[in-house]
Amino acid sequence: MDKFTVHTGTAVPLRRSNVDTDQIIPAVYLKRITRTGFEDGLFNAWRTNEPDFVLNRPAFAGATILVAGPDFGTGSSREHAVWALHDYGFKAVISPRFADIFRGNSLKAGLLTVELAEKIVQRLWDDIEDDPAIQVTVDLVERQVRWSGEVHDFDLDDYSRWRLLEGLDDIGLTLRHVDDVAAYEQARPAWKPTAISTAS
Amino acid sequence: MGKTLAEKLWESHVVRSAVGEPDLIYIDMHLVHEVTSPQAFEGLRLAGRPVHRPDLTLATEDHNTPTDYTLPLIGTSSIKDEVSRTQIEALRSNCAEFGVTIYPMGDAEQGIVHVIGPQLGITQPGMTIVCGDSHTSTHGAFGALAFGIGTSQVEHVLATQTLPLDRPKTMAVTVNGELAPGVTPKDVILAVIAKTGTGGGQGYMVEYRGSTFEAMSMEGRMTVCNMSIEWGARAGMIAPDQTTFDYVQGRDHAPKGADWDAAVEAWTQLRTDDDAEFDAEISLDAADITPFVTWGTNPGQGAPLSDIVPFPSLIEDESERVAAEKALQYMGLEAGTPLREIAVQTVFVGSCTNGRIEDLRAAAAVIEGHKVADGVRMLVVPGSVRVRKQAEEEGLDKVFIAAGADWRQAGCSMCLGMNPDQLAPGERSASTSNRNFEGRQGKGGRTHLVSPLVAAATAITGHLASPADI
Repeated sequence: MDKFTVHTGTAVPLRRSNVDTDQIIPAVYLKRITRTGFEDGLFNAWRTNEPDFVLNRPAFAGATILVAGPDFGTGSSREHAVWALHDYGFKAVISPRFADIFRGNSLKAGLLTVELAEKIVQRLWDDIEDDPAIQVTVDLVERQVRWSGEVHDFDLDDYSRWRLLEGLDDIGLTLRHVDDVAAYEQARPAWKPTAISTAS
Repeated sequence: MGKTLAEKLWESHVVRSAVGEPDLIYIDMHLVHEVTSPQAFEGLRLAGRPVHRPDLTLATEDHNTPTDYTLPLIGTSSIKDEVSRTQIEALRSNCAEFGVTIYPMGDAEQGIVHVIGPQLGITQPGMTIVCGDSHTSTHGAFGALAFGIGTSQVEHVLATQTLPLDRPKTMAVTVNGELAPGVTPKDVILAVIAKTGTGGGQGYMVEYRGSTFEAMSMEGRMTVCNMSIEWGARAGMIAPDQTTFDYVQGRDHAPKGADWDAAVEAWTQLRTDDDAEFDAEISLDAADITPFVTWGTNPGQGAPLSDIVPFPSLIEDESERVAAEKALQYMGLEAGTPLREIAVQTVFVGSCTNGRIEDLRAAAAVIEGHKVADGVRMLVVPGSVRVRKQAEEEGLDKVFIAAGADWRQAGCSMCLGMNPDQLAPGERSASTSNRNFEGRQGKGGRTHLVSPLVAAATAITGHLASPADI
């Protein structure tokens, strides 16, 4: 996983709530077996059908921070949604509230999800619509979002922050505790089911 | 202070706990399908890691599989789309390479991943069950802690049989009383979601409690728990009882003999203690729930069938108002239209929400002796090969075919646009599935979520209807 410390870039205002993962990347793009190259699927229906869609506007080309309404990433567990945002070039997503699975997937893939109050998100929307060139800084070290003199703290638990700052892989961390896993397995009831076929 | 069911399930699976770190949780069963697993297996291969417990890992093919009854389902030649076929073939070769049991298309045990676990008896009370699929919450109906995970976590479970997780809060959803005739578990959960909104369960493990859930069959409980994710809940569960034990007993993977007695004794402890406290509680009265349908583009945008398409201008919250305006535009609906007057072109009965035998029986009972309305196509898609065979033994297939419906093979089918069963742009459906998102059933498709009873009645009348309207 890529490390995340401090990122500064321009931002895109996505003034929509309940952006579900079917909108972030439609199911038809999930058939691939690769881990990269999902940028063409990102918001595909909106990019195709809505000439005015914010990602179609040249003023926001090259932006690396997505600023969305509440309940971003609801629905399907598809991690492809995170990969599509990442592959398109986004480093961070700001929203008043994220769906749990999406948020977990993002933090595992090095895409920082930042929760800010709805009022602050609206102010950020207004500011970047007035001037799309505004530089927005997402600072994981200080747990702050800064732009044009505005400074807002955000919450992220210490453990997730540490993993992102160090770019650590969860599996490697868990494998340090294989003895604990073995001990747990020893104590599991023998009648717990397995997937081994019972057909003779 | 006592403990909730969710807390008991959590604590009995903690492998390791340390201050300032997530708990390391043991996973009793990992279900795998073709869509969210290829990159996880690839990750194992690149790191030279084996699957830690192939015996606790079960794979099947469901999202991409065609359901046309005339197709031969052995091999992969029936999958016309090359990318879909490659994904199915990747799952088969990954399972062979890593020693994972798989029920491929054409196998007597194949089906939607959340239908086959319970029917095999692999889904049991007291377990932790995960799958790279958000509807894994379905298995919570057995008193299990079950939730969807992303592909990075799929790889983590394959490699370690554990997940590092922060413990969610707990919530009780209590519904008491008897459901009126024609009101189903699907209506109950749609009413819950309309009350809470799509984010209302965010961060919670939810326990459904009260006499309404206790009176439900296991199929009904699975429908309720299945849609927990549609209001943002991390997991949904119902305490196991005699109904649960009776469903599990005798199934292929159920404990036998003395093991059965030991299991039931353990499962009987899986109840929220009387003095336990939930972090949040909501309640509904069963008597207030009527057949429920959605009008918008998220599962929280629903209303009783007797209601009208809402006026967005009357919605106070700004972001909800904007969302409603946008939804009506996408759905091609005018505010104030009675929901009963909405005409559909397609009716879909199936999915991990409502593709079980009880759902097919309910739909067949309504449609028997009637015809699917002119200009309407009706797809009936069993959730698994076993469900299909049982329905055929009971003659349900003949009832549907006589009515003019299309009887199909098992799979996810029209729940999502990954296989040939899709809506055309602008086409409107009444669907027993779980998501009415824009484009979910095919690009430009318009979805109304309904119960199997409403689906069948709608097929007969050609517009949203309940059996009482016939």
